[in-house]
Amino acid sequence: MTIFNTALSKPWIWSWLAALATFVLTVLFTGGASTFSLGQATLTFAAFSVIVGLGQMLVITLGPGNVDLSVPATITLSGTLALKFMNTDASLILPGLLVAIGIGLGVGIANYGLIKLLRIPPIIATLSMSFLVQSLAIWSNRGLRIKPPDELSAFTTGMTLGIPNIAVVGLTLSVAIWWLLDRSIYGRWISAIGQSPFAARMAGIPVDGTRFLTYVICAVLAALCGYLLACFSGGAALNMGAEYLLMSIAVVVIGGSAVAGGNSNVPGIWGASLFMFLVVSMLNTYGFGAGIRLMLTGLIIIAVIIAASRRVSAR
Amino acid sequence: MKIKISADHIRLLIPLVSLAVLLVAVFWLQPRAMSYLGLNLLFNLAVPIALATIAQMLVIAVNDLDLSIGTFVSFAACVTAVYMPSTPLLGIFILAVAIAAYAFMGMIIHLRDLPSIVVTLGMSFVWGGLAVLILPSPGGQAPVWLRSMMTAQTPIIPFAIVASLVIGIVAHLIVMKSTLGVAIRGVGGNARSVSRAGWSVLRIKVAAYALSGFFSVLAGMALVGLTTSADANIALRYTLLSIAGVILGGGEFVGGRVSPIGAVVGALTLTLAGSFLSFLRISPDWQIGAQGAVLIVVLGLRLIFSRREA
Repeated sequence: MTIFNTALSKPWIWSWLAALATFVLTVLFTGGASTFSLGQATLTFAAFSVIVGLGQMLVITLGPGNVDLSVPATITLSGTLALKFMNTDASLILPGLLVAIGIGLGVGIANYGLIKLLRIPPIIATLSMSFLVQSLAIWSNRGLRIKPPDELSAFTTGMTLGIPNIAVVGLTLSVAIWWLLDRSIYGRWISAIGQSPFAARMAGIPVDGTRFLTYVICAVLAALCGYLLACFSGGAALNMGAEYLLMSIAVVVIGGSAVAGGNSNVPGIWGASLFMFLVVSMLNTYGFGAGIRLMLTGLIIIAVIIAASRRVSAR
Repeated sequence: MKIKISADHIRLLIPLVSLAVLLVAVFWLQPRAMSYLGLNLLFNLAVPIALATIAQMLVIAVNDLDLSIGTFVSFAACVTAVYMPSTPLLGIFILAVAIAAYAFMGMIIHLRDLPSIVVTLGMSFVWGGLAVLILPSPGGQAPVWLRSMMTAQTPIIPFAIVASLVIGIVAHLIVMKSTLGVAIRGVGGNARSVSRAGWSVLRIKVAAYALSGFFSVLAGMALVGLTTSADANIALRYTLLSIAGVILGGGEFVGGRVSPIGAVVGALTLTLAGSFLSFLRISPDWQIGAQGAVLIVVLGLRLIFSRREA
């Protein structure tokens, strides 16, 4: 019960407040002219960050040193190969999805293989793996830009009842991961491992199996994000995953999950993802140049983290 | 004669052996590389990477991780290329302020007990933004003295190797021999006992970050000396390369166990891994992949050796 209570009590509230404040500041500036379209764009782009952020969150929950740096490369490879496989053929949409998931499974298994069998620290293991995966993507991409099947690109850019489809997908996945984390035995296990791997092992938790599953889920979610992102943007690009390295880690931390592991929450991922996109669009509407925009983004992130950290330590 | 080999020696031995094996493989594939010019070309770009790796190592030594090194080196390179040739004093002033900012970042991280990964991640946006402000499009130029220093013709041994050696030795003296270095590694090992011994952990951490910033600035300057111009994205991959170099060189993420000489060797190995593949005539598509593979192989070797030791 304690884990459940802490998750509900506070840590994620900061990210939602920050997102709300940024939204209001942006809308005030535009005079409410584009509130609706801003909301839809925010939901769409935040959903991509949410999908990768959820996986990264589970990995980070495993405790200090656990982080998956292969997320961007997995996004790129799965986007590239899935589109290549489907080759604009609508009848291959589902098999294409399976290809993407298969890539995720492969990367996840390879990641944990390096971590467990070669006892390489996760940061370096996933980093080396990302080099290999990225190379594979470069090799298979060959500068070709294959369009997604029309139906699929219509789905990824479309809406249902005014809500972007991507956001619906993101929400569904979030509920699933929330259930895993907060309701299932697996969630208790990863939190326990994050709090003390030794105690978890002593308590008879299958530590290796749980960690293995976590890295696989993270890679599969990244692959899924790559599949959707490539369809959404009308083709795969070699740098399409690049921004999601920082993004996936940032949304976890801004969302109030403990960086040292053992205590994570799903709502914060949404709050932080909305916030991250809103900051960029706010700075855009204010008409700042690229340099100022980047700088302010960084300073705002740090400010939110400092604000959130005080709250945590006061607890 | 019997030499007792400690764990620390094995730590250093593996990166050295890996480097030697790679070097032999390169020579075998391309005998012309076995010359003054060849070696210089092979290792030229290793100098800034080695400096960045030392910078990363100093942060890792206090159990933190710096994800902003790539953008910070790019920023330093932009400042060097824009201000150093015409107004060197202004350039030096900006870089000094940047190093102070680095020290300040270390202070915030310690005082607020913030995760270094996230703060440096946020700072990477800040440095990236500043670099774009200073140099919106690729350009600038290297100051003459820097250019001539980086392309200096040292007798017999190529400059790139001399420079790497000097970097390694200086870093070794700072981190392994000086009082400050011992304190820095001590904070990584057991911060509480360091503070019980009457040291200020805050000061030590600030010093480690400041030193790290200083080495990153040197990396940026060395890079401009080699490439003669800069752009805001020039060194982004240094973040990951520097982390890999530290680990490859026998460092560990926690416990203050780092090896400056190993880190330099690690940086050289990573640089060479790229050249090795191009000599194998494998398409450049696989260059990054090769670096990943080399990392995995070397770390796998380390496991075998450490098991034998145990």
